[in-house]
Amino acid sequence: MFRKILIANRGEIALRIIRACRELGIRTVAVHSEADESSLHTRFADEAVCIGKAMASSSYLNIPNLISAAEITDVEAIHPGYGFLAEDAHFAEICESCNIVFIGPTPENIRLMGDKMTAKERMVKAGIPVIPGSKGLIESKEAALTEAKKIGYPVIIKASAGGGGKGMRVCHNDVRLIGAFMTAQSEAEAAFGSSAVYMEKYVDSPRHVEFQILADGAGGVVHLGERDCTIQRRHQKLIEESPSIAITGGMRKKMAEAAVHCAETVGYRGAGTVEFLVKGEKFYFMEMNTRIQVEHPVTEMVTGIDLVQAQIKIAAGQKLPYKQKDIRFEGCAIECRINAEDPENDFCPCPGKIESLYVPGGRGIRVDTHVYSGYTIPPFYDSMIAKLISHAPTREEAIRIMLRALDEFVAAPIKTTVDFHRKILMDSDFKNGKISTHYIEKFFPKNEN
Amino acid sequence: MNIKKIQELIQLMADNDLSEIEIETEGTRIRLIKKPAGGVEYQMAPVMPAAREVLAASADAGQKPADEKSNLIEVKSPMVGTFYRSAAPDDSPYVQIGDMVRKGDVLCIVEAMKLMNEVKSEVDGKIASISVGNAEAVEFGQTIFLVEPA
Repeated sequence: MFRKILIANRGEIALRIIRACRELGIRTVAVHSEADESSLHTRFADEAVCIGKAMASSSYLNIPNLISAAEITDVEAIHPGYGFLAEDAHFAEICESCNIVFIGPTPENIRLMGDKMTAKERMVKAGIPVIPGSKGLIESKEAALTEAKKIGYPVIIKASAGGGGKGMRVCHNDVRLIGAFMTAQSEAEAAFGSSAVYMEKYVDSPRHVEFQILADGAGGVVHLGERDCTIQRRHQKLIEESPSIAITGGMRKKMAEAAVHCAETVGYRGAGTVEFLVKGEKFYFMEMNTRIQVEHPVTEMVTGIDLVQAQIKIAAGQKLPYKQKDIRFEGCAIECRINAEDPENDFCPCPGKIESLYVPGGRGIRVDTHVYSGYTIPPFYDSMIAKLISHAPTREEAIRIMLRALDEFVAAPIKTTVDFHRKILMDSDFKNGKISTHYIEKFFPKNEN
Repeated sequence: MNIKKIQELIQLMADNDLSEIEIETEGTRIRLIKKPAGGVEYQMAPVMPAAREVLAASADAGQKPADEKSNLIEVKSPMVGTFYRSAAPDDSPYVQIGDMVRKGDVLCIVEAMKLMNEVKSEVDGKIASISVGNAEAVEFGQTIFLVEPA
């Protein structure tokens, strides 16, 4: 087992990793930008190193400074968290060549699944259902028309190098297609440096259901159930829950098998998540995320398995100590991502000082947060300040507990999305599961998406 | 940790000519640092939450307050790495306290990932103090020299 680990991240996930390390008796090194001097993760860790200025490119994305920090503190491994360099194959390779273990999948895993097109091709070969689409890139207007006819409208044009909703265009007929094709190309070029686009059937109002995978790199692969992340705003998840009420037992079995098969097919190692789009009884592979995810606590509550510790153990060469039949699923868990944003002002980020903080407690509540009374939220990074997770034997009870927790949560005087979460959790469509990825739009009739 | 143990530790340091010792046991961590004048300073802290550990400060390094005169310029490390006073182990240091330097003169090396990076003076002036010991680790933005501008 590792003696010392450097956490190449900040905020709540850095705390999360430090906690896992403490329980395993591993010493920790926190890195921070100048703006994060008083951030909690620097206090919880055994050592802290300043690695650059506030801007992520100068600090949290600064590979030479990160590696140098790892060397002067003599760590054996680096945990990249999520975001930043977590899915940077180049960084993973540099760690390897410096004899530092990268706690995550192999660089090959990252490269393969990071390219949406090659990932999809691999899944097709493995017999996993994918959204019908072009076999390769669309390189001309003529090809676009031919492909759209083959797939059948409506279609969506997507950037091969992209994500996050950029470089995407939906079209319903030939008239709109050429314009959409050209716009998607230039948006993709601007956002991702590559105008490569492909085409898929557009699945209207889908649900987003993802499966958590653990693979030890020595043949042991298990799934830890699904998370339903359908409630999103501009492709950012707001609420996640497990299990999903949108899939039947039969679908769950097939999707879980597909997720495990996906991991086995690409020789995956570590924790990963296989994302599916679900429409009615049909499910389609969308992509695989080769990192620990923000919403991992939902799975931890339902299965009782510490995912971050599992990552560390796998990276240290340990085999999974359980088989699929040993995994138990208990109850329902819901997570609300609380952001320092103003829902009445187009979710404008509201950094600033938290003068008084009260964190909810009581039965069935877990809170993952890096903020504290007197903490000033820096304006340079994402706006998430806390994850509230509720866990109960039934979904109804988990919702009730979450509503109680949202009422208890205080982070004055900054604005947060707590009230917005409350509205969603009290909404009958949410309770009945009559939702899709467009659900949020009903709260903002005019100006969303 | 009791006084007797602390006295034993101080004796241990003196017997072995140590400038710093840190012991962590059963929920308590104690760190003893020998100051240049020969006195000993001690910090006791509960292990959880852990206090931030300063990167190894040895007895050689004087940590001067940032300015006796407020016009002193701080030369800060532009990267994370290891600070060296000279180009090679047997070479003489680039600068000593009291040396006059010109803009562009090399003051020291910060080594990162096996690459030697020269840190140059941005002003003409005199080296007022050196804040880091030779071969010690430095973090981004850490003060390494104080320069009195000409």
